Amino acid sequence: MAIYIDEKICKGCKLCIHFCPNNVFQMRNKINNKGFVIPDVVNESKCTKCKLCELTCPDLAIFVE
Amino acid sequence: MVQQRTNPLRKYIRNRKLPHFFCPGCGCGQILNYFLKAVDDLQLDFKKIITIGGVGCTARIPIYLNTDSLHGVHGRTLAWATGIKLYRPDLKVVIFAGDGDLVSIGGNHFLHASRRNLDVTVILVNNFNFAMTGGQVAPTTPFNSVTMTTPYGSKENTIDVCKLAVSAGATYVSRWSTAKPIQTVKSIKKALQHKGFSLVEILSQCPTNFGRYALRTGDPEKVLEWIKNRSISKTKAEKLNEHELKDKFILGEFIDKKRPVFQGTTLFKEEDN
Repeated sequence: MAIYIDEKICKGCKLCIHFCPNNVFQMRNKINNKGFVIPDVVNESKCTKCKLCELTCPDLAIFVE
Repeated sequence: MVQQRTNPLRKYIRNRKLPHFFCPGCGCGQILNYFLKAVDDLQLDFKKIITIGGVGCTARIPIYLNTDSLHGVHGRTLAWATGIKLYRPDLKVVIFAGDGDLVSIGGNHFLHASRRNLDVTVILVNNFNFAMTGGQVAPTTPFNSVTMTTPYGSKENTIDVCKLAVSAGATYVSRWSTAKPIQTVKSIKKALQHKGFSLVEILSQCPTNFGRYALRTGDPEKVLEWIKNRSISKTKAEKLNEHELKDKFILGEFIDKKRPVFQGTTLFKEEDN
């Protein structure tokens, strides 16, 4: 199991943090090529594969496998 | 197994079109995602779907989809849909329209398409203002909220799009919000399978214009929270009186029935459902 974030198209809206019930994502000081501060996968072991982040990402940047 | 690192729904999107033009945290991107999920679950043929967008933020959604699409005149989406549907009834027509596009400028087309029961699916994204042009007041803007053109608060009453569609004669009407992804996907699936005029109104967050002017925040999470706090389910709303429901958005399915579909004036058959 893995959570992938497409760093090139993420816009850092933080909606994945809002929708995730288990606080898997967190904002750190990670910046992508366009200057957006993007979220990081922190607690991957807590993920239950509900795929809410994949469904609610406005940029289709997240993929849960 | 080959490791797939991107969202599988991206196969429905035109090459090199991502990242799209929507602001960070815009609900239109989420609705694009929900629509693709619904189409993927139903296994619909993308070559048999036509998507139409008028003018506005929401109307940009068909640009990213790998279907045949039309994009152009403001508010005239349903007029085009009527023409397409009468000439090629085998095609599935999906309309993406904002509240300013469909209810304000194309309001007349909306009334008459629902009256005729045209066999199209309308996905109405309601973000409470004219977002693309800078946040002007729209017929769906809540009472007393500040927008670009109403700096002392809007004194106009709002229009209830779902009630309007039901009374005009639409046969499937529901309202959900981007804060409820599972229900929205379910409702879009139902609307795509429904024969007749189906409307799914989705309340969506606009952090850049509505959020900054009316709610004094540019944070999509806070705008989403505001929608969530104002939303109420249909079963709960039935127990409350009119005064308590004054500033609430009622979510749920309002009508689901069958009625003869419009097939042109000379070809109208009553027994055909």
